[in-house]
Amino acid sequence: MADTKAKPGQPKQGLLLDIRNLRIEATVYPPGEPPKNIVLVHDVSLTLEKGKVLGLIGESGAGKSTIGLSSMGYGRGGVRITGGEVLLNGRDILKGGKEGFRKLRGREVCYVAQSAAAAFNPAHRLMDQVVEATLLHGTATRAEAEKRAVALFKKLSLPNPETIGERFPHQVSGGQLQRVMTAMALCSEPDLIVFDEPTTALDVTTQIDVLAAIKEAIRDTHVAALYITHDLAVVAQVSDEIMVLRDGKKVEHGETRRIIEAPRTDYTKALVSVRSIEHEEKELTPTALLSVRGATAAYGGGVVKVLQNVSVDVRPGQTLAVVGESGSGKSTLARVVTGLLPPISGSITFAGRTLAPRLAARSKDDLRELQMIYQMADVAMNPRQPVGTIIGRPLEFYFGMRGRERDHRVAELLDEIEMGKGFMDRYPAELSGGQKQRVCIARALAAKPKLIICDEVTSALDPLVANGILKLLLNLQQHEKVAYLFITHDLATVKSIADSIAVMYRGEVVRYGAKSKVLTPPFDAYTDLLLSSVPEMEIGWLEKAIKGRRIESGGH
Amino acid sequence: MLDIKRIPIPALIGIVLTTLFVLAALFAPWIAPHGNGEIIGDVWEPMSSAHWLGTDNLGRDLLSRMIYGARITLFIAVLATALSFSLGAILGFSAAVFGGWYDTLLSRLVDLLMSIPTLIMALVVLSVLPTNLITLILVMGILDSTRVYRLSRAVAVDINVMDYVEAAKLRGEGSGWIIFREILPNALSPLVSELGLRFIYAVLFLSTLSFLGLGVQPPDADWGGMVKENKDGIVFGIGAALIPAAAIAMLAISVNLVADWVLNRTTSLKGGRG
Repeated sequence: MADTKAKPGQPKQGLLLDIRNLRIEATVYPPGEPPKNIVLVHDVSLTLEKGKVLGLIGESGAGKSTIGLSSMGYGRGGVRITGGEVLLNGRDILKGGKEGFRKLRGREVCYVAQSAAAAFNPAHRLMDQVVEATLLHGTATRAEAEKRAVALFKKLSLPNPETIGERFPHQVSGGQLQRVMTAMALCSEPDLIVFDEPTTALDVTTQIDVLAAIKEAIRDTHVAALYITHDLAVVAQVSDEIMVLRDGKKVEHGETRRIIEAPRTDYTKALVSVRSIEHEEKELTPTALLSVRGATAAYGGGVVKVLQNVSVDVRPGQTLAVVGESGSGKSTLARVVTGLLPPISGSITFAGRTLAPRLAARSKDDLRELQMIYQMADVAMNPRQPVGTIIGRPLEFYFGMRGRERDHRVAELLDEIEMGKGFMDRYPAELSGGQKQRVCIARALAAKPKLIICDEVTSALDPLVANGILKLLLNLQQHEKVAYLFITHDLATVKSIADSIAVMYRGEVVRYGAKSKVLTPPFDAYTDLLLSSVPEMEIGWLEKAIKGRRIESGGH
Repeated sequence: MLDIKRIPIPALIGIVLTTLFVLAALFAPWIAPHGNGEIIGDVWEPMSSAHWLGTDNLGRDLLSRMIYGARITLFIAVLATALSFSLGAILGFSAAVFGGWYDTLLSRLVDLLMSIPTLIMALVVLSVLPTNLITLILVMGILDSTRVYRLSRAVAVDINVMDYVEAAKLRGEGSGWIIFREILPNALSPLVSELGLRFIYAVLFLSTLSFLGLGVQPPDADWGGMVKENKDGIVFGIGAALIPAAAIAMLAISVNLVADWVLNRTTSLKGGRG
């Protein structure tokens, strides 16, 4: 190995990774049926030159992580590589056996996981974990490795690079942890790093920092990388080439610029244009359906104030989008409106009535007319209830519908969310992510509400699926004249659905008004940061955005 | 829905054995060749074609005693487990849902009960109260319900914070629906596995009490009591005491085989349809 490895700081040339006709299978065990093999990756080939970055993009289940992990000969959860060759530095790593993998992993190929919070061992200090692989492979002494780590911390612009290694994982923020993990991957000076959705779990304002740090580190260390993500705009910033995958098959492969500017297949075209739903802003009506006045709320008996003097209005049949990063208090606002967290002060008026602050004190009609849809559709539905019960229960509960009448209405609702009535006796585990969210929407609609609170309803979904959900919500708004309080951190979503916008920062509304007004300069510093942090499908956007920023992000 | 061919072999063995025990218990007067207290031969006769399992310390037919014993053992253990589960689960779930002082009060009370060793507690209570079936079942059920309470409260606390429970609360559902329709179905898996274990503990506990003379009173006897009656024979190389002991072990294993299988089926989130 030593002779093929160029000194750090010099660009390397030649082929690094050559995956040929990779075939990956897994055995599934459906209860009551004989186990069967399913093919996850169908004969995918790819090559990666030294020092280059290849972006793997696709929806969940496209096989992008599976292919990424195959470059280190790893199959997650019973997944088997059953065909093809993975040539790394000219040798087929699949033939190396367990010993071969041990020598390879953490030395030639390193991995950066999506959730840094879950990937670090909370019981060990960061430095010990960062240098662990280097020490195990014996490529450097502890002192050398730690020096290298500190240099990497500096390069990744972590605060206090000299001492941050002393901390435990819970003592640094999510964005910082993700950068520490990148340092961990770079520490053993590998030839290839697999980035598995490294910024997906981060806030948009933090994502840009991590992205810039990763990009710079890749450039300076000349390491090659596989960058896995479902966000085309993100991958466009860091990679030289992009491969689009779907259902374990290659859809399109080419230079980043070519893929973005001249996509050839329909699927790639859909991915590129995913963020462009046209939504005509509605005229603001004088009367409000829901108005929150001076709401202040706190957790821990008034010690931690999470909402301070918030006043917003939702107009009948219109959408108010509440945007902000994690910890800005947007979900708390939803909890206050629903009555789950009674505010310390302030009032909420809904359809002309003053709502009781506590959930228990509200009338059945108050509850019925104000429904909620959650971010995680899988935990928002009881896994032991079939779809018919999930949607049918509000009908029984609010309208006393039973038997055939109820089933009939459930079927109607299923039609409205573009699912057939065949879904009636399916369980949530038998639905896809998008279908689950649709069922949650139907459950909310069943109550014939005037207002639906949508808490990050599209954040957990793939872009194309999320797009479908947004279109559905807009359609339903037209038919049912329902108003939405739409909570999100994604400004692209806001642009396509909102009539008015409230930007929240640290528990306060910093900017509020009609959509066109909020999105027109001059901006306040935070709105500017938020707007400029949304990745755009344009090469070189990252550098421009970093340069143009006025305030630092909170680093959540 | 239930296809015999699809039941795994261990579960099948468990089902067959458990069914045999239950049938023996149900139809004891018709199956047993002799009466429960009937003395029909010499003391500790060996196994023969007349007395398949031999005779016991008073010359009663051991097979008949075993069959009647199954009846008493299962009856008490089933009722005690049912009591401990309904009591423990309902209190545990409601403590998790209501929280606050109700939870604190119940939990500390349970802690108090659990801090006293079960056997000593049972011995004290049973020696004070009249020894009959009802007291026995109540004492066993209530003492065991503390364990079930702890488990179901722990499980329900986790489920209670799920979004779907919050959604039900936002809908305005009462605690009845939340406990029985939202929480119970999702807490069933750990409870079922605990049920198998607790039932066996109940059998063993009853046997212990009877062995110590505070359980089922003669001339009736459960299996534990029969071990006691025949234990002196072991010194003379007579294995009569081992037969009820083996029956207890067999019941324990077969019930747990069934519980394991039920557990596997109930963990499926697709209604067992695959």
